Amino acid sequence: MTGPKAQTPAYEILPLGQDCVLVRFARKPDLSALSAAQRFRAVIAGQQHSEITEVAPSLASVLLRFDPGATPRARIEVIVQKALAELGPDADLPAPTRRWHLPVAFGADAGPQLAEAAALAGLTQEAAVRQMVEADLRVLAIGFAPGQPYIGLLPDNWNLPRLSQLTPKVPAGALVVAVRQLVLFCNDSTTGWRQIGQTGFRPFWPHSSTPFRLEVGDAIRIEHVSQMDLAALAPERTEGLGGARLEKTR
Amino acid sequence: MTPTLQILRAGPQMTVQDLGRPALTAQGLATGGAADRTALAEAAALLNLAHFPAAIEMAGMGGEFAVTLPTRIALTGAPMRAKVDAKEIGWKQTHLILPGQRLSIGGALSGVYGYLATAGGIATEPVLGSRSTHLVGNIGQILAAGDGLILGPDPTPNAPTVRITPEPRFSGGAVRMMPGPQTGLFEKAELARFLASEFARGAASNRQGVRLEHGGAPFQAGEAAGLASDFIAVGDVQMTGDGVPYVLLSECQTMGGYPRIGTVIGADLSRIAQLSLGGRVRFTLISVEEADRLYRSPAQMIAEAKSRVAPLVRDPSEISDLLGYQLIGGVVSGRDEEEY
Repeated sequence: MTGPKAQTPAYEILPLGQDCVLVRFARKPDLSALSAAQRFRAVIAGQQHSEITEVAPSLASVLLRFDPGATPRARIEVIVQKALAELGPDADLPAPTRRWHLPVAFGADAGPQLAEAAALAGLTQEAAVRQMVEADLRVLAIGFAPGQPYIGLLPDNWNLPRLSQLTPKVPAGALVVAVRQLVLFCNDSTTGWRQIGQTGFRPFWPHSSTPFRLEVGDAIRIEHVSQMDLAALAPERTEGLGGARLEKTR
Repeated sequence: MTPTLQILRAGPQMTVQDLGRPALTAQGLATGGAADRTALAEAAALLNLAHFPAAIEMAGMGGEFAVTLPTRIALTGAPMRAKVDAKEIGWKQTHLILPGQRLSIGGALSGVYGYLATAGGIATEPVLGSRSTHLVGNIGQILAAGDGLILGPDPTPNAPTVRITPEPRFSGGAVRMMPGPQTGLFEKAELARFLASEFARGAASNRQGVRLEHGGAPFQAGEAAGLASDFIAVGDVQMTGDGVPYVLLSECQTMGGYPRIGTVIGADLSRIAQLSLGGRVRFTLISVEEADRLYRSPAQMIAEAKSRVAPLVRDPSEISDLLGYQLIGGVVSGRDEEEY
């Protein structure tokens, strides 16, 4: 069950446990696979198949969950094949339907590794923050921890390696950078990425009516705020929003 | 009066667990829920429930409990020494606990996770459709002395005592694994060596995963190394960077970059979760078609467990004690651990 077909990106249809099918567009991350995964997810979600209980995109694949007690795997594979046929050739990422404006404080206590990260990216700290604020960013994937987004892609000069020594603890709300991506931590975490900023926004707020705030494909614009402003936007004062605003773009 | 389960003393990791929160992978939240789902099915069967109950999962060590109303309980999973007041009571069966009595549950005799379920279930407020504590997800917390859990009322506190013949799963054995997205990227010889190896439980094991130790060289990931981070299934056998396999359990991360050599099927995952320190497991690779045939829905799991439930044979002289709300128990305790 392996592609490629004419006009359709290469793909593999694979089993993932007894209740999932994985459609993989590439083994290593690249922009074409990222786009294919997001477009495929949009096609499948738009078709509203009752047999599919969950659709989740990652950087290079899409997971489809089904109820094996009600639906045979072969039926899911037929749905996948049909949806792939509608995917069309390589294209840009689908246009975002929502955009988050996310206040972030950079440097000093809020981003102890900003200077080091900026130097590796060949920039002054001020220029590094400017690139972050000007970048047209997307939520590329959500995972590892609840609600936790992988955000990107940053310009090429941000293709920084991970640290060889893990940082034992960055706080909840830490914004960390590596490999042209940002991760925004929901909880205190160990990381091999460099912390450049801090936000009062919490991507997972369990007792809210919308506990998971971000979706794959959401656009993100970073707004630079001072450490003092950040204190006023503390999550416990803002129901975990940290001053973030959601704008519908269509 | 609201039926309540009072926690008088708590072992180091007691949490409320049910079947967890499925279908939140897109949000980065693993399903979570009981590490040993067979134990929850057996509790449902013992208490004659139609659905999987939320129960207290006790990792390695139990605690002490009291109730505010007469409540039937079921004790399943890893066998633990249990007493009501000073009297030893049997595992893998139901008991009636009365207000004023003290239920004490000790350390696991074999296996890892013991379960205490109540006939009316735990009636705390669900979060995202489940009562499971998800420590990695920061939902719920470890139970502590002084906590009280609201219970549903026991509809039939006088129901007869029953016992179950547990599915054997506490001392290792053969574990079936199906191919996953990266299985074909491992060298055939390395996969064969993995399937020929015997593994013991490593100390660094928890609800996220069980580390597997073996005497041989680390496993090489071959082409499966250096892939894009991708989705993880519960039961995945992940090869970490240093070539040590981990079987991922209910509270695992939802995506990761380490390659996975296969996925343990649901029916055999309890055998991994409950693997005792002295036990050994060995993996067999089955086809996707066979794995799909072996899928059991929650309702099928309970029905199958119910077929193993039988009335507890007891001394008729104790029946009057039951009617008087005196505890029946101890009849089978301490003499049948070999069945595990």
